[in-house]
Amino acid sequence: MARWAMVVDLDRCTACQACVVACQVENNVSPMGVEESDKGRAISWLRLVAFHEGEHGTRPGLRFVPLPCMHCDNPPCTKVCPVQATQIDREGLVAQVYPRCIGCRYCTTACPYTVRQFNWKPPEWPEPMQTGLSPDVSIRPKGVVEKCTFCHHRLQRARDEARAERRELQEGDYLPACVETCPAGALAFGDLDDPRSEVSRLGESPRAFRLMEELGTEPKVIYLSKGEWGGEI
Amino acid sequence: MEKSKLEPKDAALLRPIEKTTGKFWAFIGILFAIWAFGMYGWFNQLGRGLDVTGLNVPVYWGVYITNFVFFIGISHAGTLISAILRLSHAEWRRPITRAAEVITVLVLFFGVGCVLLDLGRPDRALNVLMHPNFRSPLLWDVTSISVYLTASTIYLFLPLIPDIAILRDHYPGRRWFYRLLALGWTGTERQKHILETLIATMAVLVIPIAVSVHTVVSWVFAMTVQPMWHSTIFGPYFVVGAIFSGIAAIIIAMAVIRRVYHLENYLKPIHFNNLGILLLVMALLWFYFTFAEFLTTFYGSDPSHMAIFMSKVGGEFSWYFWIMVVACFIVPLVLLGNGRTRGAVWGTVAASVSVEIGMWLERFLIVVPSLSRPRLPLESVAYSPSWVEWSLLAGFIAMFIFLYAVFTKLFPIISIWEIQEGREHAVVHVTQRVKSYLDTASAPLEPAASGSSD
Repeated sequence: MARWAMVVDLDRCTACQACVVACQVENNVSPMGVEESDKGRAISWLRLVAFHEGEHGTRPGLRFVPLPCMHCDNPPCTKVCPVQATQIDREGLVAQVYPRCIGCRYCTTACPYTVRQFNWKPPEWPEPMQTGLSPDVSIRPKGVVEKCTFCHHRLQRARDEARAERRELQEGDYLPACVETCPAGALAFGDLDDPRSEVSRLGESPRAFRLMEELGTEPKVIYLSKGEWGGEI
Repeated sequence: MEKSKLEPKDAALLRPIEKTTGKFWAFIGILFAIWAFGMYGWFNQLGRGLDVTGLNVPVYWGVYITNFVFFIGISHAGTLISAILRLSHAEWRRPITRAAEVITVLVLFFGVGCVLLDLGRPDRALNVLMHPNFRSPLLWDVTSISVYLTASTIYLFLPLIPDIAILRDHYPGRRWFYRLLALGWTGTERQKHILETLIATMAVLVIPIAVSVHTVVSWVFAMTVQPMWHSTIFGPYFVVGAIFSGIAAIIIAMAVIRRVYHLENYLKPIHFNNLGILLLVMALLWFYFTFAEFLTTFYGSDPSHMAIFMSKVGGEFSWYFWIMVVACFIVPLVLLGNGRTRGAVWGTVAASVSVEIGMWLERFLIVVPSLSRPRLPLESVAYSPSWVEWSLLAGFIAMFIFLYAVFTKLFPIISIWEIQEGREHAVVHVTQRVKSYLDTASAPLEPAASGSSD
């Protein structure tokens, strides 16, 4: 059984946000508009976090970090859901069952990464975008929680295609939209249980670290960065 | 069938049921208007969802969850205090137990209501029963609150039975209603024995249940890894806060009943004084827990914890924080620490009102600041509750007062039979009990002295 993981090479990332846009379009995430953004309610499954660096006069600057759901192996969110509407599946994907979610937002408060999103109102798209919605991803109604799925609909499609061609799923068959889009090649995706996979190899790198490992959440998003990690996490 | 006796001097206890003044109706009218305002807010929210609140990312929880913790806290007023006073044979409990127990049963519904209000999909609330995840502290809440609601309803009902029988025998007009509820009570020795056993058993049972309820409420927060929530003292801290705000609620309710229904003969300054002492003890305990919690956080100075600590002590929540400290600690300490203000009813009542305000702020300060400072930097907007959230708080309080008022019109708010029992037996019992404490040389024990072990 695979254990899906992502690697984000911060030394390659140019903070262009192509991944953010690709995610938004791929997953039918409604662009809520300026008004909702001003209320602090814009939904984004993958966002760019700005970390302040070198605060004490050395080399002040910002460092941008793409932040999807960490798909923790020990997720704090799934434990607290009162109705089992969020679960970690056998391949390590933390999934959300929209038709069951009661919208209590316990998972959103329990997640230390603040990557879970809530639908404050029904999603809406401007006229030209309405015909461009992805048929593979269900639209979430008002009042439920949603989150990055590592584009698991793409896993289903890749598996179907492999089955049709009577072969095993191969490395590279299944890539989330953000990984596929990244022009700088800063994102990698694959099976962490396969020692020959790119993510396993990169995970061994001395540059590798994960966010808030000390909380015991065992995230499956691995970051790569040269030298000292400046972010205060 | 022997007619249940009512001594003429206790007629005042039935007067609220017999006579309803125009003022009362006017008051009900005002409550109804506030309630209607709350309903208007609620319909707004049903139509547009949580969009109508001031909540946002990352402050996913706000006034609704604050109210939930606050109301469940108030619910500790009745049943727990009444059970402790009964078990410790505190004779002064007699006129206050029922007024306290009613608070518990009624306010629990509003506690549960707050959680339902907070749901993004209230239409799916039953999923909690259909797909329960017992690893979730919210499920523990559902379980313990249901048990508590059941137990405290039984605990309210049992001591009501003899009084309902009195009403049945006095009001032929409403006879069917009271006969149904009196369960055939005639006051025989056997019935009395069974009732006393049941009340004593329930009094013992409800104490651990009540403690569990607020412990579990605290665990909703403490079980997460979020800074200033993930604390081992949250269980006892919440229980102390609950009893604290609960006693204050009893005192306020008693003062209103006493004034409106002219029950000064029953609810005397001594009752306010005694509850005032309890309130003072809880104020000191509350301060101790708060101090311990904040000092440990400060001394450890973990940055993620300190961000929240500073937001409370010196940041955007500092106004709430310092008002809370004054309202929950300084005011009760001054008013209740002084025997003269404590003995006067107004002093204890003023301290209680202050405690209620302070404890609501305390709950708010637990829920919101921890959410407003996530560990990862996030462009966030300050949370300010919308009118809908306030309207629902006002509506809930109005509805609670309304139901409480209705209860006083249907049942005696002071337990008649327990007052009579106290009048007939209390002096003898207490004398015997005190004699049993004394050394046998100075006061030989009477053979009848038994039963009380305190």
